Amino acid sequence: MGDFFEYLKSEWSFASAHPELAFAILVIGYGILMIGFFAAFAGPVTWIERRVAGRMQCRIGPNRVGPQGFLQWLADGMKNFLKEDLIPNDADRILFRLAVYPVFAGVFLTFVVLPFGPWIVGADLDVGIVYLLAVTALVVTGIIMSGWASNSKWALLGGIRSAAQMVSYEVAAGMALLTAIIPGGSLSLQGIIEHQGGWPWQWLVFFSPATFVAFFVYFVASLAEGNRTPFDLPEAESELVSGYNTEYSGMRFLFFAFAEWGNLYVIGAVITAVFLGGWRIPGVDLATQTNNLWLQLLGAAIFIAKASILVSVTIWLRWTLPRLRVDQLMMMCWKYFVPIGIGLVVFSLVWQLVAAAVPTWVTGAVSVLLTLAGAALVAGMFWRAWYNIRSGKDTPVYKWLI
Amino acid sequence: MDSTQSKQSVSDDLMILNMGPQHPSTHGVIRFIITGDGEVMQRAVPHVGYLHRGIEKLAEGMPYPSFVPFTDRVDYLAAMFANHGYALAVERLLGLEVPRRAEYLRVIVSELNRIASHLIGVGAMAMDIGAFTPFLHGIREREKLNDIIEELCGARLTYNYVRVGGVAFDIPAGLDRKILSFLDTFEPLMEEFNRLITVNEILVKRCANVAIIDAETAKSYGLVGPNLRGSGVDWDLRRDLPYSAYPEFDFKVCVGRGVRGTLGDAYDRFVVRVEEMMESVKILRQALAGIPEGDIMAKVPRKLKPPKGEAYAAVESARGELGYHVISDGKDKPYRVKIRAGSFTATSIIEHASKGLMIADLVVLIASLDVIAPEIDR
Amino acid sequence: MTFEETVARLQEKFGDAVEGADERDAGRPGLLLGVYVRPEAVVDVCRYLHDTPELAFEQLSCITGTDFQDHIQLAYVMMSYAHREVMAVKVKLDRDEPSVHTVEGIWATANWHEREVYDLLGVYFEGHSDLRRLLMPDDWVGHPLRKDYKEEPDYHGIPTTRDKALGKY
Repeated sequence: MGDFFEYLKSEWSFASAHPELAFAILVIGYGILMIGFFAAFAGPVTWIERRVAGRMQCRIGPNRVGPQGFLQWLADGMKNFLKEDLIPNDADRILFRLAVYPVFAGVFLTFVVLPFGPWIVGADLDVGIVYLLAVTALVVTGIIMSGWASNSKWALLGGIRSAAQMVSYEVAAGMALLTAIIPGGSLSLQGIIEHQGGWPWQWLVFFSPATFVAFFVYFVASLAEGNRTPFDLPEAESELVSGYNTEYSGMRFLFFAFAEWGNLYVIGAVITAVFLGGWRIPGVDLATQTNNLWLQLLGAAIFIAKASILVSVTIWLRWTLPRLRVDQLMMMCWKYFVPIGIGLVVFSLVWQLVAAAVPTWVTGAVSVLLTLAGAALVAGMFWRAWYNIRSGKDTPVYKWLI
Repeated sequence: MDSTQSKQSVSDDLMILNMGPQHPSTHGVIRFIITGDGEVMQRAVPHVGYLHRGIEKLAEGMPYPSFVPFTDRVDYLAAMFANHGYALAVERLLGLEVPRRAEYLRVIVSELNRIASHLIGVGAMAMDIGAFTPFLHGIREREKLNDIIEELCGARLTYNYVRVGGVAFDIPAGLDRKILSFLDTFEPLMEEFNRLITVNEILVKRCANVAIIDAETAKSYGLVGPNLRGSGVDWDLRRDLPYSAYPEFDFKVCVGRGVRGTLGDAYDRFVVRVEEMMESVKILRQALAGIPEGDIMAKVPRKLKPPKGEAYAAVESARGELGYHVISDGKDKPYRVKIRAGSFTATSIIEHASKGLMIADLVVLIASLDVIAPEIDR
Repeated sequence: MTFEETVARLQEKFGDAVEGADERDAGRPGLLLGVYVRPEAVVDVCRYLHDTPELAFEQLSCITGTDFQDHIQLAYVMMSYAHREVMAVKVKLDRDEPSVHTVEGIWATANWHEREVYDLLGVYFEGHSDLRRLLMPDDWVGHPLRKDYKEEPDYHGIPTTRDKALGKY
């Protein structure tokens, strides 16, 4: 917000006259905008998730409330407000009520550092990445509180499983992010994005083989952080009847779910910012983008679009894969991801040394090769899907919008 | 709480969990009392009886043909087999011979029902492990089967179709073409299903080497059907104690091979069920091709009064040996009907097989045994 | 080995304990053939049938308890995988105090089958590791499958009879 505020001071006399007040208004306004964005993203994402899930499962999904069921999430929200707020008799009343807030705050506070454009960011902290990881850990406390306070063994099991899972995958996620930060040279998210470019071969994911692998490692680790299938053991419906939020009802329950869907955006946004070039527009350099308001907004749109693609991959994975058992999950983290992460960090450091010693066209060529590899992967997936669809004899015809 | 709980010496760090009668995972209304420390269980004791309706006692008060709808409710997912077993037992008491066309129709509906039941069995197992989509794909196929059987006998779930002496209705015109076109689309869809879930690494990791039941234990605990064959025992009532028109068909008995794990683990039972569905398709094609003309019901008197005697007839249901021990004393109501269900013995092995498993594995164990609660309690 | 040969073998080995066998009926070939055995000898006969390789009755399909008004009959229906045979060992028990030794040691599945017979008919199995009710609630009074069974008027305050078929309506 700092840069934007400097610009505002020159345009708006009120801002230069009363800087603190104007800054406070700006910041609060941005906070409200972010809450609005959070809600406006989480709600429709549930709609998309349910329609996509329905389509994958040969059924329709919500299509009654609003056009093609678009307002279903509003209806669910209103219904949950009207529900009775049940607190189990022997539950720890204070902790039970309190548990929701760390979970929600942990997810929402990450929006402070998530950028949308060169100036459209809450606060470009110098330690943005560390702040992100730290604040996501708040969610763990909330989950343990809810698991314990519910006074139910199943909820407790779910809470403990979730806490163990999130804490472990923080380490793996941190390692993967570190791999990407080393070439970027800065811990702040804006700094990392500014280091990348608009074109795919300028993205950090294609910078070196280490960051390429780190992209996948971070994606999987952030799925585990967000309790999404294949890591949704804490909420495993068939075993634990919804795990740590079993005893919650009404709006409290919905807040947990709300935080989870908002977290989807955070996953997508962090990956986009760190690995996929953020809000950079292909062919436009930094200064031009910063000076032009429309280019800034275009950058924001590109950022949200890239994040949304990742969100849809997450949704797709949820309805395809079964879930891992808790010990397999932990084994995967500690026996595979953490050593791989350490290896990636070392590789990235070595790569920095190599890149300094070697002529620039070599690193450029590696980037282009990795870009082609990435493009081949994506193209291969699309081809397989097309092939499977074509070779399936039974093609039921449904008239849907999505 | 059970009085036996006080007899067990529960040490301080053992937790007693109740996987209650209502639970999204257990296949029906069964209650498990799990003792364990956190994730790893020491034992999981099943408490059954929530669905005990006294069907066997009810049988003693109604004429022989009237009992057939009750047999539907013994195993509602495989109702044709339940009807068939009872009809077979009473026919053995009467010494009645069923016309060949009726036998072929019995085989056709039995195999259709086997496919339908296994679709739910493997689908529910996948769903318990977290993959929601394959279950719904299975339900989609099952809808087509339900439509076919509804056209045949009017009911989608509890058919009351196989009666004493034959079957109730004849195949309407065009239904055999519908069944054949369903079979034509079913095989590629099973290919897709297998690609989606059967060879999925995560499912394999969850099911392979989990809940291993070796052959001797399986035989001693009375497991039957796909559970027994998954442990490597090559026993199938259709081939070994043949009944109905099965001797005329050529099919393979699917036995577990320890593919991707140890012989007798949950994955073997899963794969046996998937393979059995494909074998049923083969039998159906043969039956539809060779169905003879004739009556669909033998000449049965209105009041059935079998002479004194006992008969035990077992059919190879989707869940294994569904046996009916019918004792007649010469009157028109049975003196005793005892139903032997595969799920009864499968539930009894859960306590033994659950030692040392994790709670997530218990869910896999129950799902792999394809337990249906009404069969246990009757 | 046919049923007749099996019965001859058993009579040869156990003598008096084997009381007789069902006759075959030419018109009803599918009847269940049973051999009647004295209650004391049940375990030995079953173990012999299970262990002998020529008989190899490895599966106990079910234990059917029937209340014939003057005695209670238990039919141990068993199957042989190796020889594809089905037969039954039948035992007649005294109706007032029916009791027989458990065959749990031979087939583990007898555990639950005997619990069910205990629950529904009141037969006591000596040596059973865990004889308690299986299908009925633990504090149920009476054994439902007996022919003279009358339900208690209420169970924990819930009446078991109604004056009018539709209750209060």
